[in-house]
Amino acid sequence: MKLRRLKAIAVKEVLQIWRDPRSLMIALLLPFTQMFLFGYGVNLDLKHLPVCTFDREGSQLSQDLFKHFQASQYFAIARNVTSYADVVAAIDHGTCSFAIVVPPDFSERLNDTGAASVQAIVDATDDNTANIAYGYAAAVVGDYSSTVQIRWQDRQGRALQQIQPLVVQSRVWFNEDLESRNFIIPGLVAMIMALVGAQLTSLTISREWERGTMELLVSTPVQPNEVMFGKLAPYLILGWVDAAFCLALAALWFGVPFRGTLFALFVTTSLFLVVVLSIGYLLSVVIRSQVGASQIALLVTMLPTTLLSGYIFPIDQMPKALQTITYLIYSRYYVSIVKDLFLKGSSLAELSTPILFLVVYATAVMVLAARAFRKRLD
Amino acid sequence: MFARIIPIVVKEFIELERDKWARFRLIVPTLVQMLVFGYAATYEVYHVSTIVLDLDHSQESRELMSRFSFSNRFDVKVAQSQREVTRAINGGDAAVALVVHAGFAELLRKGQNAPLQVIVDGTNSNTALIALGYVNTIAAGFAQDYGSQLAESTLGVRGMRQVRVTLEQRPWFNEDLNGQWFFVPGLIGTLTLVIIVNLTAFAIVREREVGTLEQIMVSPIRPAELIFGKTVPFFLIGLGEVALIVAVARLWFQVPFVGSPLVLFIGSSLFLLSTLALGLFISTLCYTQQQAFSMNFFVLNPFFILSGFSFPISSMPQVLQWMTYANPLRYYLVVIRGTFLKGVGFSVLWPELTAMAALAATLLVASILRFRKSLE
Repeated sequence: MKLRRLKAIAVKEVLQIWRDPRSLMIALLLPFTQMFLFGYGVNLDLKHLPVCTFDREGSQLSQDLFKHFQASQYFAIARNVTSYADVVAAIDHGTCSFAIVVPPDFSERLNDTGAASVQAIVDATDDNTANIAYGYAAAVVGDYSSTVQIRWQDRQGRALQQIQPLVVQSRVWFNEDLESRNFIIPGLVAMIMALVGAQLTSLTISREWERGTMELLVSTPVQPNEVMFGKLAPYLILGWVDAAFCLALAALWFGVPFRGTLFALFVTTSLFLVVVLSIGYLLSVVIRSQVGASQIALLVTMLPTTLLSGYIFPIDQMPKALQTITYLIYSRYYVSIVKDLFLKGSSLAELSTPILFLVVYATAVMVLAARAFRKRLD
Repeated sequence: MFARIIPIVVKEFIELERDKWARFRLIVPTLVQMLVFGYAATYEVYHVSTIVLDLDHSQESRELMSRFSFSNRFDVKVAQSQREVTRAINGGDAAVALVVHAGFAELLRKGQNAPLQVIVDGTNSNTALIALGYVNTIAAGFAQDYGSQLAESTLGVRGMRQVRVTLEQRPWFNEDLNGQWFFVPGLIGTLTLVIIVNLTAFAIVREREVGTLEQIMVSPIRPAELIFGKTVPFFLIGLGEVALIVAVARLWFQVPFVGSPLVLFIGSSLFLLSTLALGLFISTLCYTQQQAFSMNFFVLNPFFILSGFSFPISSMPQVLQWMTYANPLRYYLVVIRGTFLKGVGFSVLWPELTAMAALAATLLVASILRFRKSLE
């Protein structure tokens, strides 16, 4: 391998990128638009869920309950209805996805037996939102329950024994406010880079074939390895620019806390870029047509990265067979690295397992690509 | 007029018939994506890796911990020291840690606040939130049982009465909160959107690229007839795709379908019309297949994100929420979920159907106008 020839290829590739503004635009504009689209559009936090109330009793107690719901930032009382049919209609039309029904004997039961319940009807077509809403609603009702208890004790005029034997003291680590943006956006950076990186290099060799410049390339003394490294180098720089841009947006614009070291981020990001770029290059060598290569590149990056990388859907909740497949998804490793670097502030040593997998991946793909590229015209 | 449209329809079908890859592309990726989505895309939380540390070693603490072990929501491992707990959470080996300190049972027996310490790895906020909900439910169940037991045995029931209000959960349409019921029907919308927009855009751009579009233009066919003849086959293919996905959803994933097939059919037809129009529109902006490809990517991504397919629209910023109104997929998903799970009909879904019809009409007129211009 001669550095001089490698440099010549790299310079040629840089000129080609520079003179093809469309590709350059994809490289720079795509990360920008995707960061904003996903950064704002992808959100699992529940806020101000429209609630419909059906108060069959109309007492002070039931109104107090609704006040508790109104005070919670997770719920917003959208309408008060007076019949069960209205509840059904509100849920059917989707104007409210949550309804609270207070039974007609609510106060009576509470006074007589000390136990009363309210019904929470939820539109569970979206099971996740329903589940989270129940969690918050249970907290609101629990809070209300202890208020009622205290008031009841006061009215009895005597200090009663503590009624809550067990308290749950929960602490959340790494993402203290449980904001979904904090884990989605670092994963998003990984997804964008996987996408853009493979797209960029998927065109490099297929373009030579389509434009007939392959003959020219083959007739030069350049070696397959020199072609590969020469072609990848400029894109690595472009990839760094993209990555720096996305990571900066994540930390500075979206305010995701970054607790790791920049050095660890640089090392792992470069490694991931090498994997992604060489996969695009490999496809380009094998497929020889620009449309074909870029379509396959999208196919192999988009779906697996969105679904199987742990970017949003947790891997440990998948069926075992799919979990095994995820080990082949290279984004999986970088997604976990970026999340840990941002939220946990992990050190390189703690990340050694995913890093090792990325190294193995990079080497394997490069060896394959170098072997697939032959200086022949058949 | 029909005499001229039918040959084009026939020609498109012949082209499809000869292209073995096209048939492969229509069926295999759809099935693969359905399986991957159906099994991978879930927000459900089961078997949370949990580490417990019991420093009290009392009957009460063991009883509490066993409630977690017996729940299928938690996979419990026992730790021996606080440091082990910290390491498990830091290393990602456990997502939840439960710690009971010494003196727990004593506090419980006195009826004082006995703390159950819970540490949650909040990295995935969604999982953490749901897991915390389950922890609270189990803890509340324990507290209630223990509380009434305590009241009866030691202090006598009278005068110690607890007052409590509980929440009865009534999840409608999806009682078990099954994630597949949410995602799998939604795939009807997302998968047909990609397939039909791609097919339409590529079919026209290809003719343009190869130069056969000009040949067609010198024949007596009028532009409107050409558009009609080209889109009818894709419309039929789209209906076929919808049928395929509905069949897999019903038979493989066992998603219930409680609504009216007619409503779904009408909704699907309106949605397909708008996707055809979109494909047509993209084809007028592009001259090469490569361009059409990048264009599709830019256009289709926002359609997914801003549809409510996977991320609730109500959680988006207001500006993005407004943008969703221009997205036919948004309405189609309401129709799909409405017919599959809710069983609602025209009386509820008419606004969505009307909106889709209006969008389809606008898109069709706009793209036909543009398409005619791009031919000149």
